[in-house]
Amino acid sequence: MSSNFHPFVLPFTIGTLALFSVLILKYNKWISKFDRQQKKLIRRNLFTGKLIPAVWEMINEGLFHKKVSRYNRRLGYMHRSIALGWFLLISVGFVETVFHFQGRGHAPWIGVFFRFFVRDNQTLSAWIFAQIMDLLLLYILSGVTMAVFKSIFSKTVGMRKTTRLKLFDTSLRYSLWSIFPLRLLSESATAALADNGGFLTQSLGNLMGERFAGVVELPLWTLYSIALGLFLCLLPFSRFSHIFTELMLIYFRKMGLREREKPTGFTRFELSACSRCGICIDNCPLDSELNITDIQPVYLIRDIRNRMPHRNATENCLMCNRCESDCPVGIQISEIRRQERDKKKLDTHDNYGYIEDVQSFNAIGRVIYFGGCMSHLTPGITESMKKIFDTVGQKYWMMDEERTICCGRPLLQQGFFNQAAELRRKNTQLIMESRSKTLVTSCPICYQSFRKEYNLPIKVVHHTEYIVTMLRLGKLRLNRSELRLAYHDPCELGRGCGIYDEPREVLSALGQLLKLEQEYKNSLCCGYNLGNTVLELDQQLKVRDASLRNLTDSHPDVIATACPLCKKAFQHSTTQPIKDVAELVVENLR
Amino acid sequence: MKEREKPVHGDDNPKPREVKRRLKSTKRISRRKRLEFEEVELPLQVAIIGGGVAGMEAASVLTEHRCPVILFEARPELGVNVKNKYKIFPDFSDAGRLVETMTKAMDHPLITVNKDTEIVEIIREPDAYTLLDNKGVPHTVPAVLLASGYEPFDAKRKEELGFGIYEGVINSLQLEDMLREHKVLNSLGEDPRRIVFLQCVGSRDEKVGNHYCSKICCITAVKQAIEVKRQLPDTEVYVFYMDLRLWGQGYEELYREAQEQYSVRFVRGRISEAASTFDGRVQIKSEDTLLGQPLKMVTDLLVLMIGMEASPGTQKLGKTCGLEGPYGFVRSKSPHLEDNLSDKPGFFLAGTCKRPMHIAEAVNDGRAAALEIIKYLRK
Repeated sequence: MSSNFHPFVLPFTIGTLALFSVLILKYNKWISKFDRQQKKLIRRNLFTGKLIPAVWEMINEGLFHKKVSRYNRRLGYMHRSIALGWFLLISVGFVETVFHFQGRGHAPWIGVFFRFFVRDNQTLSAWIFAQIMDLLLLYILSGVTMAVFKSIFSKTVGMRKTTRLKLFDTSLRYSLWSIFPLRLLSESATAALADNGGFLTQSLGNLMGERFAGVVELPLWTLYSIALGLFLCLLPFSRFSHIFTELMLIYFRKMGLREREKPTGFTRFELSACSRCGICIDNCPLDSELNITDIQPVYLIRDIRNRMPHRNATENCLMCNRCESDCPVGIQISEIRRQERDKKKLDTHDNYGYIEDVQSFNAIGRVIYFGGCMSHLTPGITESMKKIFDTVGQKYWMMDEERTICCGRPLLQQGFFNQAAELRRKNTQLIMESRSKTLVTSCPICYQSFRKEYNLPIKVVHHTEYIVTMLRLGKLRLNRSELRLAYHDPCELGRGCGIYDEPREVLSALGQLLKLEQEYKNSLCCGYNLGNTVLELDQQLKVRDASLRNLTDSHPDVIATACPLCKKAFQHSTTQPIKDVAELVVENLR
Repeated sequence: MKEREKPVHGDDNPKPREVKRRLKSTKRISRRKRLEFEEVELPLQVAIIGGGVAGMEAASVLTEHRCPVILFEARPELGVNVKNKYKIFPDFSDAGRLVETMTKAMDHPLITVNKDTEIVEIIREPDAYTLLDNKGVPHTVPAVLLASGYEPFDAKRKEELGFGIYEGVINSLQLEDMLREHKVLNSLGEDPRRIVFLQCVGSRDEKVGNHYCSKICCITAVKQAIEVKRQLPDTEVYVFYMDLRLWGQGYEELYREAQEQYSVRFVRGRISEAASTFDGRVQIKSEDTLLGQPLKMVTDLLVLMIGMEASPGTQKLGKTCGLEGPYGFVRSKSPHLEDNLSDKPGFFLAGTCKRPMHIAEAVNDGRAAALEIIKYLRK
C-alpha cells in the first residue's frame, strides 16, 4: 500500500477545497462591503509595521488563547489544547512528510493520513516523529475530553452557564470531537499492522490485535476522513468560522478599523468571529439577576448572523458593556446592538427648532462646564463642581445652566441617529463659538459622547480627571480622614472610557478606599443605564440592588461614585450616604 | 384592711394636726394600695413601645382600667412628632397644647415612663414577652403594644429638588417651625414674595419605592398655605399637586377657603427639578398639566410636603418580630376587625407604625388597642 491515493481521502480533500473557496468568497464579499473610510485605512496600512503586532496577536489569541486563559485558566487550557495542538499536529505532520519524501513529489493529503500511506518506515527519525505526534494527539484529546465535560457540566471549566446551541452547531461540534478519537483509533489500527505507531497508538494497536485491526483499519480511516471533511465543509457556515475569521479581525483591528454607525463588512467579520464561548452570559446582569436568558451577545450575534434578530434581543440590554470587557475576541457588541436598534425609519415628528436660538458665550480663557441633563437632577454635583472651580480660581462657563441641550448619546443608544446628530451639531457649534480650550463634564454619558462621538478639537475631561490634575498641581488640598469609602465604577466612565484610576486617586487622598468583590471592569451596572428602555422598574431595581449589595458588603461609611445616574439609582433605595467624588472633595477641602 | 388604716409611723401621742396629716397620707396610701391590691383586676403590666400620641392614649386608657403600664420612648421627650407641629387641621387648634394634655396624663402612679430607652430586642416566651432595652435591662410582660410610629421622609433622597443644597428649599416641618415663630423668611432673611408648595415628596413615588399615599400632606399644604397667607397677605402662594385628596371632614371646605378667601393657586403638575438663581432664590421647572404647558417659575421658598415612612424602630422591630408589612410598616392581623392585633397573641399594634395616619386617627387607634389588650388580659 505504498501508493499515494486511496478513495477514502476524498471527503477530506473535498472538504478542504470547499472550506478555502467558501472562505475566500465570503471574505471577498465582506471586504467589498467596507465603507469608504475603512477601505482607506486598509489601503494605507496594508503592508506597514502594523503587520508584526497583528501577527503576534494572532499567535497569542488564535493559538494560545491568552484572553480566555486570563478569564479562566481551565477554559483557556481547553481552547489552547485543541487550537494549538491541532495546529502543531498539522505542522509537524507536514514536516514529517517533507522529511520522509526528501523533496520527492507527494500528494497533499499524505500529511494528514501519513501513517496509512507510509507504513514500512522503521528509522529512528520516524520513531521520534511518531512519539511527538502521539504526544500532540494526547494533548488535543485532553482538551476534547474537557469540552465534552463542559457541555454536560459547565462548571468543570469554571463557567456558570454554557451556551445553548442549535442542532446544526451541536452536530458540527460532535463531528469536531469525533475527529481526534477517530484519528487515534485508525492510527492504532495501522500501528497494529505496520508497527509504525508511537507510545499511544502502538500500545493501543497491540491491544487491538492484528486480526481485528485488519478488519477495522480501512473503515476507521474512512470515518476519520469523513469527519474531517464534514467539519471543514460546514465550518464557514458555523460558529467554528471564528477559527479563521478571528485572525482576519485581529489584523483589521490593528489597522484601525472599528464599528461604524451602520453595519459594514467589518461587522460581518465581527459577527463571524464569535465562537459562542458564552463568557458574555456569565457576565450579564440580566441573566444573573432577572433570569433573562435570550438577549446575551452570543444569542444576539447568532440571530444577526442568521438574519433574524428579534426586537427583544436588540432592545432589552442595559448597554453596560460588562460582556464586552471579557469577550476573548473583543467584539464591539454594544455598537453592533446599536446598529440593530436603528430607528431611522420611525417617523418621530421631532422638532428641534427650539435649540436654534440657544446662544454661545465668549469663553476665551475659561473652561466650559457641561453638567449634563442627569446632573441637573443631582444639583449636589454641579454645586460642588462650581465650588471646586472657584477654589482653584478657574473661570468657567456652565454651558447648560439655563437652556439645556442633551449631548445626544441617550438618543443614539436607542437608535435615533438623526436626532442625536442634530443635537451634536448644535452643541458643537456652541462649543466652537465659545473658543474655549477645555470642556469639563460631570456626566460620564456626556463625557463618552463628547470624546467619541463629537470629534471636538478641544480637550474633553471628566470632572474626576480635572480634580486629579488640580490635586497634582497642588491647587486643591484635601484633608485625609479614616472615612471608609466604597467606589462604584460607572459603566460609561470605566468600561466606556477607561477612567478607573482617577476617581480612585482622588478618593485615596481623602479617605480609605475599600476593596470590593466586583470592581474596575467587572463593576455591576446600577440598573439605571439609559441603554435600556424596555426593563420594568422593578426589574431595574433588582439589578440595582445586586450592585448595591456588592458595595455595602464591605460596610463603607460612604458610597462614592462619579456618575449622577448611578448616584440617583442608589440614593433612591438606601439612606446610606451616596456621594459623588466632587462632593466628597468639597466636603474635605483643606 | 384594718391594719392598713393604722398610722404608718409609730408615734403614741400625736398632735391633732399631725394626726390629720397622717390620716390624709394614710388615706392616700391606702387608696393607692387599694388600686394595686384590691380593686385591681389586672395586676399584669403592659409594655408600650413608643411614646407618641397613640402610645400615650393607650397608656391612659389602660390605667383607667387599673392596668399598670411601662412606656418606652427612644427620644428624650414624649409626643415629639406632634409637638413639632404648630397648629393642626382642620380646626387650627394648638398641637403643643394637645401633647401637653396627653403628657400630663402620663404622670400617673400606674405608669412608668422610660425616656431615652430604645427596645432593641423582643423575645417571645410562653405567655409573655421579654423586651431588652438599649441599657441591657430585660422587662418581662404578658402583653406588648407596638406604637413605634413613623418618620418624616428625608427629602435629600429626591436630590433634583435641591433640599439640603439650596437654602430656599425647605420641608413642611421647617415651614411649620417658621409659622410658629411667625418668621416665614426667604434665604436672605426677607419676606418672601412667593412660596411654592410641592405635594407628594416621597409618597406615591415609584422611584423612591413608596407607592403609597401619606394622606395628610394634601390637607397640611392647604392648612399651611392659609397660615402663610394669614401671616403674609402679600405673598403669592402656589401649590403643585398630582391630585388633591381632601377626604376628611372639613378638608374640602378648607381647600375652597384657601382658593376663595386666600387666593392660593393650585397647579396640577410635578416639579421636575430645582435650581438656584443668582439672587439666592429657587427656579423650578414644571408642567401645568391642565394647560398642557411647560413652565418655569422663580420662588423664594420651595416647600416640600414630605410624606410618612416607617420609623427606623418600626422597621427594626417589625423585622425582629416577623411582622414586616409593605414599605417597612408592620402588618396587622386583618384591616377590619383585628387591626390592633398581630399574628402573635399578646402582641398589639397601634398608630402610624402600621400606615400613615393623621393625629386623631392615631389617638383613636391607641385607644382601641388598649381595649383589645384589656380584653386579652381578662381572658
